Amino acid sequence: MSDTIAVARAVSWRVLHKFFTDPTFLLPSIAFPLFFFTAFVGGLSGISKVPGFDFPAGYTAFQFVFVLLQSAAFAGVFTGFGIARDFESGFMRRLMISAPNRIGILLGYTFSALVRWLTVAVIITVVALIARMEVHGSGVDLVGLYTLALLLNVAGTLWATGVAMRLRTQQAAPVMQMPVFLILFFAPVYVPLDLLKGWIHGVASVNPVTALMEAGRGLISGQPELTLAAFAIALGLILGFSIWALRGLRSAEAAG
Amino acid sequence: MKGGPLLQMSTLGRRAVIRTARQPANVIFPLIFPMLLLAVNAGGLKAATSLPGFPTNSFLAFALAVPFVQGALLATINANVEFARDVQTGFLNRLALTPVRGIVLLLGQLGGLLTIALVQAAFYLAVGLAFGVRLASGVAGALVLIVLETVIVLGFAGLGSWAALRTGSTEAVQGLFPVFFVFLFLSSMNMPRNLIEADWFRWVATVNPVSYLIEAVRSLVIEGWNWEAIGLGFAAGGALAVVGFALAAHALIRRLERT
Repeated sequence: MSDTIAVARAVSWRVLHKFFTDPTFLLPSIAFPLFFFTAFVGGLSGISKVPGFDFPAGYTAFQFVFVLLQSAAFAGVFTGFGIARDFESGFMRRLMISAPNRIGILLGYTFSALVRWLTVAVIITVVALIARMEVHGSGVDLVGLYTLALLLNVAGTLWATGVAMRLRTQQAAPVMQMPVFLILFFAPVYVPLDLLKGWIHGVASVNPVTALMEAGRGLISGQPELTLAAFAIALGLILGFSIWALRGLRSAEAAG
Repeated sequence: MKGGPLLQMSTLGRRAVIRTARQPANVIFPLIFPMLLLAVNAGGLKAATSLPGFPTNSFLAFALAVPFVQGALLATINANVEFARDVQTGFLNRLALTPVRGIVLLLGQLGGLLTIALVQAAFYLAVGLAFGVRLASGVAGALVLIVLETVIVLGFAGLGSWAALRTGSTEAVQGLFPVFFVFLFLSSMNMPRNLIEADWFRWVATVNPVSYLIEAVRSLVIEGWNWEAIGLGFAAGGALAVVGFALAAHALIRRLERT
């Protein structure tokens, strides 16, 4: 156990050191969610006047939840990019040879993704509050919202890790990124589910991320809905992607 | 490299097209990604068409302008990453030892980029038509659209070539991707400017030249012949092209001086 923790600590320290000291890693992680938040809140706030749009906390809070969840998932994906880079540079091979317990490698990357996202989440939250976001939920609701995003971050990291461990090249970036992008944007991003029409309504209705988004929006507006379902889905994703990532690790080990 | 400037230009242009075609990711991604974003936005923002004053009842038709600009951006980035690689690998230096004139290097590279961007534009138009969008400006409008797309590509290409020549770094040119995207998202891509509620965003969209590029394409799709929008689009694209090429030509002279 102590071996696992020691490896995890070393891996996460390395990733976080790079993240916090190299602007080419830090800035995109912060800039992209902020930019989406600014573009959606600023450019699309008129959407809240569409008949039937009745989100009590306002459009800023409505979009904040999406951006928070998106940043959580993408912090995981960006970590997957780093793993692929480590494979290409040969670092991962040396790490695997020297690590007494390789599960610690997975834990280290997952923990570093979590810290990366928490950093981004703090900044997005501060910006949203400066933009006068209304928060109707209680403290407990907000803990629920951030916990939900945190679970999505872990799921996103495990997904991207599984891909990176199997393909072991930076050219796999679209494979990590595209499904996450699609599953996020095929949820009710701009308007509530009821206002979606046609094929996108059908897709969003069966998209598991829809429940996470609706639960998050319920929590920030102080009217929780689908909360238990959302947590169950998030935990299910983590369970499934843990197996995916572990099998990916075994595949990387087998490949030498 | 023998032959006149036209032959030299076409040879370099062909090389640029073949090089792109040999990297499936550089071909497929610029075709598919704008279409995915279009699908997502057309579905997700359809409710916006019920806002009073929204210019059409089809968000797909409204948003079809975006892939044309986005595709031009993606093609520009991909082509100029390769151009920067030519600088990095010394290919440009070797070409500079041949009788090829500097401006031919720039125009040859552009010819390849234009070919790719126009293939993309035809694809986006075909997808739009297949999903029921009808150009309000008719067949003549489609031809103007292609000419406008050429001007838009030239506008971005000049700036991209400048970055490639100035830095000689593929990473630096790739770094333009988010910058270009910021301009795209802070424009009137998802909402007509008069319906943007936030004053600061409306101001940013108004001073952002990308808004005029999108609005010109959009006017051909949903309005017909709105000469003001079309004129502003050509003016914005043309101005970007002039500035971009002046910068790129200057950077090329400096780059060849150094070698």
